[in-house]
Amino acid sequence: MKTEELIAMLSTNVEPVDHRSTVRSIGTAVAASAVLVMAAVILALGLRTDLMGASFIFLLLKVGFLIGILVPASLYLTRLSRPGGERRTSVALIALPFIALMLLAAVSLTFSPRSHWNHMVVGDQWLECLISIPLIAVAPFAMIIWAVRRAAPTNLARTGAFAGLLAGCLSAAGYALHCADDSAPFVALWYGGTIALCTAAGWKLGPRLLRW
Amino acid sequence: MLLSRLSGHLRGYYKGKLTRIGRSATEAEDLTQEALMAIHTQRHTYHPAEPLTPWVHAIARYKLIDYLRRTRASGADVPIDDAKEVMARDDHIGTESAYDLSRLLTRLPAKMRRAIQSMKLEGLSVAEAAARCGMSESDVKVSVHRGLKVLAASIAREKGAS
Repeated sequence: MKTEELIAMLSTNVEPVDHRSTVRSIGTAVAASAVLVMAAVILALGLRTDLMGASFIFLLLKVGFLIGILVPASLYLTRLSRPGGERRTSVALIALPFIALMLLAAVSLTFSPRSHWNHMVVGDQWLECLISIPLIAVAPFAMIIWAVRRAAPTNLARTGAFAGLLAGCLSAAGYALHCADDSAPFVALWYGGTIALCTAAGWKLGPRLLRW
Repeated sequence: MLLSRLSGHLRGYYKGKLTRIGRSATEAEDLTQEALMAIHTQRHTYHPAEPLTPWVHAIARYKLIDYLRRTRASGADVPIDDAKEVMARDDHIGTESAYDLSRLLTRLPAKMRRAIQSMKLEGLSVAEAAARCGMSESDVKVSVHRGLKVLAASIAREKGAS
């Protein structure tokens, strides 16, 4: 086939395209996964039963921390989904909330007696947290990957990692509705750890799932 | 026309990169066509407010890396002296890619093939193509769009398999 023939074919009857479709489909995927995750957690695991006073504030803090990662990560994912967009993302900005949480966890450990450490770090339901967050993240991950596949990322590993990070954060935010462990070290270790796991999975799967 | 101007740049880019590692001019032409397909089917990812060159370059580079990964095994044993021969030949416009459009089209589902045939090859309008194929107008548009994506993907697969 001569290149001129291909060009002639491609330029016959070109339909206009919507330049905002990438942002829209990623936005839709994130919003739909948020609703899905919330519904799944409330229906399958149930809301935490002590939603009064201090524990409600802890819930807001947890969700707020996760939204603090979700918003910039979603923005970066829309950039990464376009060719060359990886030049305009900074991984450091996304790491900031995690570093802040680690510091908070370290501070709260130093100010509490050593006998409480075990409970603060391991909590009551660490195993449930460790299993639930990655498991719940599968559906959001699939939806987000589906949205990104409609676009054209050129750094597949990093794009996959951000898709995993988003899915992990959405899943953790949903799980927070159920989780009754409120110490900062617990959140840093088990939420942070599972989100990192989701990110690593996305980083590994990205090149396979996102090729175009 | 944008695509034909870009094709010159892309051909130069790929020839430069590929001849240096001893690949043929046909391969550069394959890649040029793949990149043109990608630029066309992914044009919705270009933001009009941003400069065009980095966007095109990112696609060209992505397709080059993807191509080299796909063809690593077959390309590793090209002898060095082939490269000289390739560089000596003046084959700027005359080179054809290894793809055969009509053969690629036969692999598409009938609906997509008919839509592409009428709209893209015979140049009928959406309404005419819809009447000819017995589909609705939006159906024709969607079929063309999907068909081109499938075509681009099957080009990539063909290269990976060979």
